[in-house]
Amino acid sequence: MLSLKQARQLQTVLLGLLAWGVALLIFFPIFWMVLTSFKTEIDAFSTPPQLFFSPTLENYLQIDSRSDYFHFAWNSVVVSFGSTLFGMLLAVPAAYSMAFFESKRTKSTLLWMLSTKMLPPVGVLVPIYLLFKDSGLLDTKVGLVIIYTLINLPIMVWMIYTYFKEIPKDILEAARLDGATATQEITQVLLPISKGGLASTVLLSLILSWNEAFWSLNLTASSAAPLTALVASYSSPEGLFWAKLSAVSTLACAPILIFGWLSQKQLVRGLSFGAVK
Amino acid sequence: METPRSLSFPRASLSNKDKRANRMSTSSIRAGSPAVHTTSGPSSVQGEHRRKNRIGLAMLSPSVLVLLIWMAVPLAMTIYFSLIRYNLLYPGDNEFVGLENYYYFLTDAGFTSGALNTLWLVGSVLLISVIAGVLIAVLVDNAFWGRGIVRVMLISPFFIMPTVSALVWKNLLLHPVSGVFAAVWRFFGATPIDWFSEYPLGAIIMIVSWQWIPFAVLILMTAMQSLDQEQKDAARLDGAGPINVFIHITLPHLARPIAVVVMIETIFLLSIFAEIFTTTGGGPGYETTNLAFLIYTQALLQFDVGMASSGGLIAVVIANIAAFLLIRMIGKNLTDKS
Repeated sequence: MLSLKQARQLQTVLLGLLAWGVALLIFFPIFWMVLTSFKTEIDAFSTPPQLFFSPTLENYLQIDSRSDYFHFAWNSVVVSFGSTLFGMLLAVPAAYSMAFFESKRTKSTLLWMLSTKMLPPVGVLVPIYLLFKDSGLLDTKVGLVIIYTLINLPIMVWMIYTYFKEIPKDILEAARLDGATATQEITQVLLPISKGGLASTVLLSLILSWNEAFWSLNLTASSAAPLTALVASYSSPEGLFWAKLSAVSTLACAPILIFGWLSQKQLVRGLSFGAVK
Repeated sequence: METPRSLSFPRASLSNKDKRANRMSTSSIRAGSPAVHTTSGPSSVQGEHRRKNRIGLAMLSPSVLVLLIWMAVPLAMTIYFSLIRYNLLYPGDNEFVGLENYYYFLTDAGFTSGALNTLWLVGSVLLISVIAGVLIAVLVDNAFWGRGIVRVMLISPFFIMPTVSALVWKNLLLHPVSGVFAAVWRFFGATPIDWFSEYPLGAIIMIVSWQWIPFAVLILMTAMQSLDQEQKDAARLDGAGPINVFIHITLPHLARPIAVVVMIETIFLLSIFAEIFTTTGGGPGYETTNLAFLIYTQALLQFDVGMASSGGLIAVVIANIAAFLLIRMIGKNLTDKS
């Protein structure tokens, strides 16, 4: 017969094991992808799939010669950082204005911004494609930066807005009474206080732009194609190169996965439009 | 005493202590410069107010303007294109055809399956991810060894780009010969399933659910942390079993975060594209074509701009109906407490 305390301990251990089981199950595809990236192509296709094999770095060493990986990676970097930069330049003043100069329209403006996210991209795919074609933006990094800035702007405004809302107004008023101009107020008081929140907004924007796969697949062909498009090009079965697919995928996902791990708690706020903190 | 705060979220990032410290420092600054207060008369207060409004407007307008253009211009073009005959393969023949494009889009063989598949995809992924999300969030809310690592593993799939998760699932896991699923099926003596030819939509739902369960877990896990532990303990002392605690305390507490999960996921799930593009290409037949993919095939594969535009507009209307209902449900919650 177990005592009550023992029963409770046993329960904790069992629930912990269950949690581990679920987590391993959900993580398994990523683990398997990384594992496969160290296999030879023959091992990658063997039946039954092998857990133990002699690992090789071949796939990683061949990545650039086979698919010009760095060209695509560079596009991803430029597009993500570019759109994040422009997004921040637009979003910080907007959030500042709504958080500290609140008017009757502030709430409806915020909700309206949220509603632009409800516009399904296919609804505007045709005109954007034609506009891009006519203006020479098709398959350019500038074009993707414009699109990503616009689609992430509402989330960034919302996220920064919720951080700004938490700053006591007194601090800004004090600075203002000391004769600070609006610019000084932002750069010398507001930004230093909220740098944690701004950093997680930057991370969220980088993650979303890096992984975006509707516009990148439709608006780029080769010269501006980011990693999402490179990976998609592996879907045509011109032979079996799954180990290489895995290596490319691992490299493409690793930086963002680490960003995500580092900022998981702060991201919740941005992803839920400030509703969950 | 705290009243039951099951539906509100205490702010975590600025602790009360910080706030008090801030307030103290500002009041001392104010005390140091009283002159400003005494000299500002009613008229300059008004002027100050106007100046403030101008600054506020100037800072807000760039964002509003670009978003307005982003919404209005393409949408106006879509409406215009949807009313004319416009095929990139036959340039010059752009006569006004009224609602003909809509008629053809709605009676197209792909439309019914596209609409139904969209519904299936959104509905089942929502159901799967919310149920799994709640259960997992409750499960990892207990303390156990290695909880930090478990949480990191649970949310990881959300950060994997859609094209990668689609191809990893298709080629490494669901492949009928060399896939891991096939090996598991064989291990139990069953015949491996060729997922993408037997249950193509099911396979897509599996992949998309794998991507979105972590999102639900991430949001709900964070929301669980603001659940009042004392309330739970009190209920337990009163003899409530774990199921009763779950139904009467945990679920009501999670109501709003669940609503948020449903809203955000609906926005993204209505436009699932990359997963279909890289795995099935909408096939076999129209079996995995959703509305987003149908419009894409008409615009960029068949070059029928007119018909694709009418489809795009129908997608916008559907999304707006969903958004209207969801914002009514949840939108108030989002701004009310701020």
